[in-house]
Amino acid sequence: MQQTHSSRSGPSEGEQVPVLSLSHAAKTFGPVVALADGTIHIEAGEIHALVGENGAGKSTLVKILAGLHHPDSGDFQVAGHTVQFRNVAESKDAGISVIYQEPTLFPDLSVAENIFIGRQPKGRFGLISKATMVREAHKLFERLGVPIDPTRIAEGLSIADQQIIEIAKAISLDAKVLVMDEPTAALSGVEVDRLFSVARSLRDRGTGILFISHRFDEVFDLCDRITVMRDGRYISTHRTADVTVDQIVREMVGRDIGALFPKTPAEIGGVVLKVDGLSRAGVFRDISFEVRAGEIVALAGLVGAGRTEVARAVFGIDPYDAGAITFDGRTLKPRNPQVAITAGMGFVPEDRRKQGLVMDLSVARNVTLTLRNKYTTAGLINGAAERRAAQEWSKRLQVKTGSQEYAVSTLSGGNQQKVVLAKWLATDPRLLIIDEPTRGIDVGTKSEVHRLISDLAGRGIAILMISSELPEVLGMADRVLVMREGRITAELDRADANPESVMHAATSSAGGTL
Amino acid sequence: MSSALDHKNAPAPAPAAGARSAVASVLRMRELPVLIALALLVLVTYLINPLFLTAQGVKDLLLNATIIMILAVGQTLLIITRNIDLSVGSMLGLVAFGTGSIFAAVPDVPIIAVFAIGMAFGALLGAINGALVTLAKVPALVITLGTLYVYRGLNNAWAGGKQFFAGDRPEEFGALSVNTFLGFPVITLLAIVVVIAVAIYMSGTRPGRDLYAIGSDPDAATAFGIKVSKRVFLAFLANGALAGLAGVLYASRFNSVGATTGTGMELTVVAAAVVGGVAIFGGSGSVTGAALGAVLLTTITSSLTALRVDKFWQQAIVGVLILTAIIIDRVASLRTAKKLRISEARNV
Repeated sequence: MQQTHSSRSGPSEGEQVPVLSLSHAAKTFGPVVALADGTIHIEAGEIHALVGENGAGKSTLVKILAGLHHPDSGDFQVAGHTVQFRNVAESKDAGISVIYQEPTLFPDLSVAENIFIGRQPKGRFGLISKATMVREAHKLFERLGVPIDPTRIAEGLSIADQQIIEIAKAISLDAKVLVMDEPTAALSGVEVDRLFSVARSLRDRGTGILFISHRFDEVFDLCDRITVMRDGRYISTHRTADVTVDQIVREMVGRDIGALFPKTPAEIGGVVLKVDGLSRAGVFRDISFEVRAGEIVALAGLVGAGRTEVARAVFGIDPYDAGAITFDGRTLKPRNPQVAITAGMGFVPEDRRKQGLVMDLSVARNVTLTLRNKYTTAGLINGAAERRAAQEWSKRLQVKTGSQEYAVSTLSGGNQQKVVLAKWLATDPRLLIIDEPTRGIDVGTKSEVHRLISDLAGRGIAILMISSELPEVLGMADRVLVMREGRITAELDRADANPESVMHAATSSAGGTL
Repeated sequence: MSSALDHKNAPAPAPAAGARSAVASVLRMRELPVLIALALLVLVTYLINPLFLTAQGVKDLLLNATIIMILAVGQTLLIITRNIDLSVGSMLGLVAFGTGSIFAAVPDVPIIAVFAIGMAFGALLGAINGALVTLAKVPALVITLGTLYVYRGLNNAWAGGKQFFAGDRPEEFGALSVNTFLGFPVITLLAIVVVIAVAIYMSGTRPGRDLYAIGSDPDAATAFGIKVSKRVFLAFLANGALAGLAGVLYASRFNSVGATTGTGMELTVVAAAVVGGVAIFGGSGSVTGAALGAVLLTTITSSLTALRVDKFWQQAIVGVLILTAIIIDRVASLRTAKKLRISEARNV
């Protein structure tokens, strides 16, 4: 075990060549700019944090490092040599190992085999020596100070253990750079401590670690330097000792919330939905809130905070262990979406393609999917009535399609979202739950969708909107509920909601500053 | 076991953790249920009808199992990678009829050459399946359902009403299914050698392990740089070669080969693999298990006959076995999933 002395200084101070250096990398997907200026310099023997809002371009940057994406432009060097990865294997060969939030192991193979797949040690007759493999795996776990049985199969391992296995693999591959993409999001306190002690011991041996996290307490506890990204661009790099949490948050959100998201004032009526003490073990806990007629309530927070899970439980898709859901004063039976629909609830899911639409069916059929009974005579669908209803809704929502008979899969993302909305509006709902209303929708259509949602609220429909986009939350919501790790950590009125207050509630465990 | 807390203070598992882990690993074996079922079945049948286990009785049991065993081994290679080949019955039929034709055309052909030609022919048919599946990226179920009928059609066109009988073939060839060595028919020994060879390949070589990885998570396998298409193609080719071998042995074992030889065999083969603990969703199971499954299925038929159970019930019982095997598998995986959720729930 050789001790490398890291200078822990910025690139400007030392002579040291960064072990990984990405400068001004750009990546676009069609018209969408995922990364405008991806810049990061990681030195050997440092833990470097990368922070930014959802959509700041962190994931794209990680995928470039991992060899999954190929940057359109920019300079990428590993240990002073320019590299161009064509695939994941080349990135690995160059000494970069990426550990994702939820690693992909082969569930049916043993732990040892997962570490050594494709490079299993050979013994007699050129056959794989299982004994050697298990021994080597065992040594790796010993070095990491984590006892995992190398002979057990990977299925059923906790996320934390799966990450440790990925780290063991990285060590056995002699990785120079370890990228950890939000590794702690799914871990418990004890597991985080264990991961950090492993990370520190790797740093002390000279590995450069890129640590991506939304939790500032962790970033400040663990990391030597912090790089901030915003809107796909590099903003700044600081030594951890030189900055405060407030400063970092300001850099992360520092932009104008323009008048892009016009929430027209609507008259707020009586309580439509009341959720009281809703809990589900391991997913969310003690969730209580109300949504009133004509009100837009945003559920903000980071991806994985449990927002979608709460919405699914409210709508009756997922079960819950405790609590009650009252709709228009009546308690709803759990685990029954049909009851929720009949009561007057609609659910626009995040993943339109998989959950919101039947992609191969026509626009008309999709719009009237929720209303089959209304347009059915003697068990048969009345095609003409169905088309008329679909026509009307498509016109109202300005769905752009050549014909009502085209398959939904031929429409653009924004128009698909309108079809989903039309589908629910046709049921005349009292409450709409909308999960990430504008994900994957281009900027122009985005504001159309926002106007639409605002209109609906104006007509007295209660809206519960889940959104990871801060401007959308702040622009649209009358009230903001912030969730973090399965709990509601803040409830903010429109006047009190600003980027700092929402980000604080979504990330810091202290949360007392609100 | 899945939580970090649990073994935080536990001593690290020593390489020789002793008898307890040996017992545990036997209990974890996927082949265990089928082995127990087979033992029980033979025992019960023997107690009721002692004639079941005479030397001739055992020989018949083994002979009946041999061909399905070889086919099940080949099928397992594919099921482990989340593929399937439904055309094995048709491939067997083509090769069996081809074997008859060769002997009819060239009576003095060396038997070893017939084996080589039969396996090469099978490999070609399997390679066609493999190429269609890997190039067209259409599920194997659909592709091989198509080639099932295509190959059968070829067999029909080729054979017409013609059949070859055992009398048309050299005596030494037929003797392979009659002569025994240490009580085992020669063709059964051949099948056992195949099972052992493929089992070693699957557990002891990197390409063999790659097949498991592919079936366990195809996307992850691609991300790891495993050559998924190549491995799957070769698995189809190997399955074809094994079906070819089974076809040649069929011609040795049975009196007549013709246009309908091997019809419907594919389902028995898939059933044997599933009953033998090969997960239909890929990633786990062993060729040994599949071979045992083949023995179990054919033995059930014999033992139910020995017990004078109606023939119609026999199929129902096989069906129940398949369902049981799948339910056991499902329950086991649901349990681990639940365990995982609870272990993660600790700190929320």
